[in-house]
Order: sequence, then structure tokens, then C-alpha cells
Amino acid sequence: MEGFMYPNELELQWSILIVLYPFITGLVAGAFILASLERVFNVEAVKPTYRLALLTALSFMLVAPLPLQLHLGHPERSFEMLLTPHTTSAMAMFGYVYLWYLMVVLVVEIWLDYRKDLVLAWHRSTGLTRLFYKVLTLGSGNISAGALKVDDTVGRIVTIVGIPSAFLLHGYVGFIFGSVKANPWWSTPMMPIVFLFSAIVSGIAAVLVLYIVITAWRGAHLDMACIDTIGRYLFYAFLIDFSLEMIDLIHRIYEADESFRSLDFMVHTRLFVSQIVIQIIVGTLIPIAMLALVQLMRLPERVRTWIYLSSGILTLAGIFAMRWNVVIGGQLFSKSFLGYTTYKLEFATREGLLPAILVMVLPFIILALLIRLLPPWATARASVPAVTEVA
Amino acid sequence: MSTSRREFLMVGTKLLVMTAATRSALAHVLAGTPEQVDTYTAAEHWWAMVIDIEKCIGGGNCVKACKDENDVLNEPMYFRTWVERYHVNSADAEHPVVDSPNGAYDGFPEAYAEGEGKTFFVPKMCNHCVDSPCTQVCPVGATFVTVDGVVLVDKEYCIGCRYCVQACPYGCRYIDPRTHTADKCTLCYHRITKGLLPACVEVCPTGARQLADLKNPRDPVHEFLRTHPIQVLKPQMATGAKIFYNGLDGAVR
Repeated sequence: MEGFMYPNELELQWSILIVLYPFITGLVAGAFILASLERVFNVEAVKPTYRLALLTALSFMLVAPLPLQLHLGHPERSFEMLLTPHTTSAMAMFGYVYLWYLMVVLVVEIWLDYRKDLVLAWHRSTGLTRLFYKVLTLGSGNISAGALKVDDTVGRIVTIVGIPSAFLLHGYVGFIFGSVKANPWWSTPMMPIVFLFSAIVSGIAAVLVLYIVITAWRGAHLDMACIDTIGRYLFYAFLIDFSLEMIDLIHRIYEADESFRSLDFMVHTRLFVSQIVIQIIVGTLIPIAMLALVQLMRLPERVRTWIYLSSGILTLAGIFAMRWNVVIGGQLFSKSFLGYTTYKLEFATREGLLPAILVMVLPFIILALLIRLLPPWATARASVPAVTEVA
Repeated sequence: MSTSRREFLMVGTKLLVMTAATRSALAHVLAGTPEQVDTYTAAEHWWAMVIDIEKCIGGGNCVKACKDENDVLNEPMYFRTWVERYHVNSADAEHPVVDSPNGAYDGFPEAYAEGEGKTFFVPKMCNHCVDSPCTQVCPVGATFVTVDGVVLVDKEYCIGCRYCVQACPYGCRYIDPRTHTADKCTLCYHRITKGLLPACVEVCPTGARQLADLKNPRDPVHEFLRTHPIQVLKPQMATGAKIFYNGLDGAVR
């Protein structure tokens, strides 16, 4: 501690788990928006990642409430938020927004898209696997051309509803922070918009990295047109996101209100590494420069692939740092603007680094499982029934 | 001496009514719903407090009394009320030097010599705001403003999300590690609803703290508010704070 904090401020309230919350929901919203591009705007080039993006969104969405539950003083009472929501609370709507997005948008869209595959897998498999796929089809075995056309139309409508829902999901998470008038580091109407665009950036980067890594793992052929297109989207989304963050920053510096000296000092000391170095230089400027290079020069495929992979990873690190700087940074200074504290990250405690790592690993395990059950690739899809027949 | 049947019935009925009334009153107090006690009508009160900076000597009696009365953990990050010492140099009024060792539980050590700028004490506590940001953000409505204007927390309902702690601009809330729920000043609700003073007011040797009932026309607070320059903390937050300070320096935040 340095300077003066109100005595009750000595204890930091929101830990690394609350950093994961906007990070994870951001990946969900971003991955979904990438998937929607193909579906709604008919961008054929990104089609190879359509299903992967949906499954990625679902994997992270399933884990999203976990860090919150781990953090609550009384997780067993959290359902009260659904039963007796306090209508003036920005937090109270999370359960509804979450369930709407998870159940109505993601699950329905994935189910409609996979329905034909599920029916085929049901018919070709035996034993427990057969039962499993039968349950997933919900008993509907109709895959006639007419039925599939209906699926496609409904799926398209769901996606169209899904895009504003994805915007709502993450804009809403931004509002939870942006509406706290007591905290000048959070309190800005820019917060939902900045959260939204950083979400899009992180989701696109995540799918890009996952697609390159998994394709290499499978030894399959990388679709260059696809990653070139995604790389271009990442570049543009990043430019918008960076501009928004800079508008916010410049505005704060120029206005220099009562909180400025305090926040400015914090950015130059406690947050210097995570904000200036990791978020802005390593996590934003370098990947933007790398992606710009691809747009400006004719580079060989191998170099481009490496650029996409490394800039994607740097982007994810940068967005994580951004969430960290918002959540943790917003608690490092006193609301009296007279002092600063530090955040001590513990390891094997309920809100320590270990549970945070486990929470971050879990979506990848779920994704691996989903990819096995619902293969997103044409070649692998054909092999599913064959494998189960042998089994 | 014999008691007539008439007398016996009169006295007997009176006794019966009285015990029943006392029992029901006690039941309500114990159940935490003293507003339903016949002798206390919540709607007839609107509680606030006046703190006179010029009278505060920073002794810390209020901090001790509060911790004792309300079973507040005696650790340096859990306070329902605390006292801050401000030291302001005339040349640099915007950057006061502030301290509050253990919330002033044991008062303050001597630190400033006479004539070195100005030094004064500022007792802090929940402002029992009318438009309180903490009750606004509670996702389940576990914290609320009572009919008589006191901000309370229902510990049986609080989910411990800590959003209210973040939302309070004055740093008045904390999470009680024993119950994992939000805790804060109740204005000694269990005392004021029985006609007693809050513990901090009761023990202040200089009378720097005065409980005020804004709905009571005979409360001397009206005269005090009318005749003194009154200020609330962080008025720009527009929370409708009801802790009124007399003699509050502009350097205080």
C-alpha cells in the first residue's frame, strides 16, 4: 500500500477469476460473430471454420459462469438472481442474457446445423453410441431435402437473432463495469463498446489460432483463402478496437479530471507492464503491424501462416491483459485518489492462479470432446460412422 | 379483603393484553422487524446524522464502540465507521496528507506541530444514501433502503458477489469473512428503533456526532442544518447522502 486508502479498501474485491469472466464471454461473442459472417453474409472463404467457431463458442460459453460461481461468497444462493432478480442491478440480468444466448442461440444453431450429421451417425452406429446420437436428434430422423431446407431457413433466422444477442452479451458485460460511477477507471459509456470490439478481436484470433493448430495436428491441408480472410477481418476489427481504446485514453488525458493524476500514476507504475508493455505494445501494436504487413506485401504462404499464428497468440495475450487492466487495475487505486494498493495473486486458493488455469483449460477439453462427437470437418465426418461400426 | 369479580376481570384482562403486546413486540424485535412493533412506526422517521468536524478530537471511541456493539472483526480492513486525519498545507490544498491508523481504533499518534498547515479529523461511515448506488447494483435486492431511511443488508439473502462494495463511492462496505456476505453500518438499527442512540453517538465525548430524525419536526437537527454551512461527502456522486458534515474542508474526499 502507498499513500492513503479507505480502510475497507485494503482488501481487493474482484480477483483473477473476474478477469476470466469478460475474457471468456468475449471469446464466445467473438467466435460466434465470426461464424455468423459466413452464415448471414455468405462469406464462402471462412466456411472451413464455421463449425469450429460455433463449437469454440459453445465450449467457452459452458465454462463462462464457472469463475463467477467460484468467486461468490454464497454460490448456493446464486439461483436467487434468476428467481428474484433486482431490476435496477446491472448484474441481475446476466443469468437471462446467458441462458438466452446459450440455449436459444448457440445450442439451437449448432443443433440445426448438425441435424443431418446426427441422423446419419444415429443410423450408422450401434449400441450406446447409437442411443447417444438418437437422443441428440431428439427423435427426428427426417433429413429429406424439404426438411433440410427448413433447417437452413430457421438456422439463418437464429443466426440473424444471434448477432445482436452476441453484441448484447458482451456489451452487457462491459456495462457491468462501465456503469459503476464510484470508479472512474470503469465508469465510461465507452466501456460496453470497447468490450464488444475487443471481444470480436479475441474471438476471431482464437478461432484463427485454433484452426491453424488443429489443422497442423490433423496433418490436413490449411485453407489459405480462409485464413487470409480471417486475418483480414482480424486486422480491421483490431483497427476499430484500438481506435476506440485510444479515443478513451486521449479523452481521459486531455480532460484530466480529478481522478487523472491518480490513474496516470497507476499506469506508469503498477500497471506499466500489463498495460503499456503487454496490452498496448506486445498485444496490440505488434500484431496490428504484422497483420498490416500481410495486407501490404506479397508474402509466401508459410510466412503468412506463421504471421497469423503468432499475431493471433499475441492478440489473445493482449486482450487478456486488457481484461486484467480493467478488472484488477480498477481496484488498485483508492476511491479517495490518495493512494494505491497491490494485487497479490495466490496460487492454490479458491480464487488463486491454479483454479484460474483450470478454468481456462476446461473449455479446450470440452472443445476436444465436442470435436470428437460432432466433427466439424467433412473428411472426419465421414469417418465417424465407420469408426463406430468397427467398435 | 376480597376482589370483586368486576375488578378481577378488569385487572386480569389488562395484564393479559399487556403480556401479549410485550410478547409480540419482543417477537418482532427478535425477528429483525422492529418496524412492526407498536411503539415504533418506521414511516414516522427518516434517519440521518450530523457530524461536526470542529468538535471531533480523533479519540477513536466511536470506532471502538461500533466494533464492540456490532461485533465487527477487529482487523484493519473491516470498519463500519472509522476516523481519518487530514493534514492540509496551505500551498497545496489539493493534495492533503491523510492517515487513519487501524481506522483510528486507538486514536492517532502525535504527528504535526502547531502552525504546520491545518490538521483535522473526519469521522466516516455509511452515508445512508437516498439514491444509494450500493442498493441499486445488488443483483438479488439483498441490500435495501428501509422505510425510515436506513441502508441495511439481509445476510440470509446476500450472495456475496461484492458488486455493492465496488459501487460504494465512500468505501463503507466490506465482506465479512465469517459470513461471506456484505457488511456495513446499520446506524445501530437495533438501537434506534428502541429509542436508543447509535453506539458511536452515545460514546462521543464531544458530541461531534448527532443522530437526526428528519421527519421529527421537534428534532434540533432542523435548527442546526438551518444555521450552519452543511456539506455531504462527494456531492458530485449525487447519491443523496444523509450524513451531514459541519465544517467540512474542501480537501476531504
